[in-house]
Amino acid sequence: MDFPLLIGIFPQVLLDGLILGFMYALIALGYTMVYGVLEFINFAHSEIFVVGAFVGVEILLTLQAAGLLEIFSPFLVLLVVLLLGMLASGLLAVTVERVAYRPLRGAPRLIPLISAIGVSFFLQDAVRLVESIWRNAFNLVYPTMDTLNIRYSFTETLDVSVKSLVVIVASLLMLWGLHALVNRTKIGKAIRAVAEDQATASLMGINVNRMISLTFLIGGAMGGAAGVLFGVQYSLINPYTGFIPGLKAFTAAVLGGIGNIPGAMLGGLVLGLLEAFAASYLSLLTGGAFGAEYKDIFAFSILILILIFRPKGLLGEVVRERA
Amino acid sequence: MRTVRLRYLPVALAALALVLPVTSLTDAQSKGTIKIATQSPLSGGQAALGEGIKLGTQLAIEKLKGPIEKLGFKVELVPFDDQAKPDVGVANAANVIADKDILVVVGHLNSGVAIPASEKYKEAQLAMISPANTNPTVTDRNYLNVSRVCGRDDVQGVVGAEFAKTTLKAKTAYVIHDKTTYGQGVAEFFKADAEKKGIKILGFEGTEEKSNFDPIITPMKAKNPDLIYFGGIYDQAAPFFKQAREKGVKATFMGPDGMDSSDLTKIAGKAVQGMYYTSVAGPVSVYPAAKEFAKQYKDKFKKDPEPFAAQAYDATAIGLKAIEAAIKASGGKVPSREQVSVAVRKTKHTGITGTIEFDEKGDPKKALYFVLQVASDDPGKWGDNKEVKRLSIAAPPLKKS
Repeated sequence: MDFPLLIGIFPQVLLDGLILGFMYALIALGYTMVYGVLEFINFAHSEIFVVGAFVGVEILLTLQAAGLLEIFSPFLVLLVVLLLGMLASGLLAVTVERVAYRPLRGAPRLIPLISAIGVSFFLQDAVRLVESIWRNAFNLVYPTMDTLNIRYSFTETLDVSVKSLVVIVASLLMLWGLHALVNRTKIGKAIRAVAEDQATASLMGINVNRMISLTFLIGGAMGGAAGVLFGVQYSLINPYTGFIPGLKAFTAAVLGGIGNIPGAMLGGLVLGLLEAFAASYLSLLTGGAFGAEYKDIFAFSILILILIFRPKGLLGEVVRERA
Repeated sequence: MRTVRLRYLPVALAALALVLPVTSLTDAQSKGTIKIATQSPLSGGQAALGEGIKLGTQLAIEKLKGPIEKLGFKVELVPFDDQAKPDVGVANAANVIADKDILVVVGHLNSGVAIPASEKYKEAQLAMISPANTNPTVTDRNYLNVSRVCGRDDVQGVVGAEFAKTTLKAKTAYVIHDKTTYGQGVAEFFKADAEKKGIKILGFEGTEEKSNFDPIITPMKAKNPDLIYFGGIYDQAAPFFKQAREKGVKATFMGPDGMDSSDLTKIAGKAVQGMYYTSVAGPVSVYPAAKEFAKQYKDKFKKDPEPFAAQAYDATAIGLKAIEAAIKASGGKVPSREQVSVAVRKTKHTGITGTIEFDEKGDPKKALYFVLQVASDDPGKWGDNKEVKRLSIAAPPLKKS
């Protein structure tokens, strides 16, 4: 076994895992917040994530076609794209809630779940339809911005690109912002109150429907931001791109303790790291007997183990209140 | 509102009654309709190649249906979208064999779809002529109804390894594949032959990942191979190559004919400029007889023919010839599917990609193999890709088991 190689790539794998983990964390927040408030799984969230990615790529491609991409600072462009992607996804999430979930609020639990799966299919094919008419394309590629691809080498095996740093910094800022919003503001208090007990919260003068809409807006915006960052980092997206990251992020939310915001962040990071290490090391450690394709089996086996010993997730019991 | 609409119903029925006899009259003049089906991905990530197969067939039917129409039959195209998925391909195949008018299938793009779907066609002895399927199993099952106009992966992989050794002088290689019948197949042939020739294989990985290749690239970069071979199709290979270059991997890139689409450069841009790929279907420019085809294709569909469009054209031409021969043999009546399958095997056809003649199991007796180099990062210039090497190799004979 090649020990110098195994140790040499360690920091790079750690970094790859962190980037993936932050992305999962951002998506997982959408699942966990909605669950915290309404106790149901919004399976359309993976498509809300993809819509963010598509809004991002459309803006960038339009800027590129107009020749404006080179003129502005790439960080400014990225900030604008990120904000617009968040806005689009947030508003879409609110619309989906209003159209597909609110009319079913009193119905048995499984009914909105089915509705969510339906919305998910609808959005996938709606995106596909629009893109095939608009650009006659299935795969869309984020335009290359040279500044973002500059790499800083630390050691022979570790180097970091500017866009990876952007992903990490943006994720950290958003996670911190959300944490502050939920725990330190009046709105956050209202959302937590609705999560705790809708009837009592409304008796206290909180507009429950508005708070639920707000939850969807915030969760959707986080998903949209993750979509844009995903596109910037991995560059290729298509209408079905959201399915796997969505599933993984949902798993991350469960791993962290569904309904629990710090849990979703932690769950995302743990899952991202597990996946990156499994994919990079499995074939090195087993001499090629188990390749990178076993990464999900490995990661999910560990998840099952964790959930056997902590059925409520990593942070499921530490913080009692939801959302 | 409802009563108003009903009032027009008799009028509509009367109009319909007037139209119906006319259509049945024109039908009576012809002896029936013969349909040719295509099966290829028309939606999804591989739609660019799949559409080329459909349009090549469409053009061939329009240009070459004359002789069959003279015999009193109409010829129609029925395109199916197999989505590059085996389950969809097989479900479509059931619909194809249920339509008795379909006498030939041109398709598929993916070997992993063609193999299970052709099991269905075999039930009805329906002729499948493949323009693009290169996995050996497609013809090694020795089915009467399955033929192809292109080469095979057990040869293509060897051609790639040979080129890597003698021209690129690669000492080490890293092999990735997409875990499909086609991609893994050709990657294994490449690997086996490269090892035989003394190229050290530093890693052999399969992945279904479509977007995040980081964890695969990191160990690969640390091992620093001379060459990276991707057994798979451009929609997955392109983001992989792009991310690998962005992460600082310096190896030469190489792949099989699944790389052969302008979408490769559309997605990966500069990262794939200068990379090599082997192909069983050269760009239209290498076939002198295909010039006219390329022009007609562009005039009609407003785009350059994708790879395999010319092969689909020839496959359809063979199908039409076989149907014509089978009609004549059965005394001017609609031939059975089995008769058409038999006729396909007997057809010797000089088409736009050369002369095709089938061996006993349905491979072309001699097929051309190319090594090509991506010329530019502009997808519009995909047709300018340089031909680095061309070989004409006979298909391996059927292994007696």
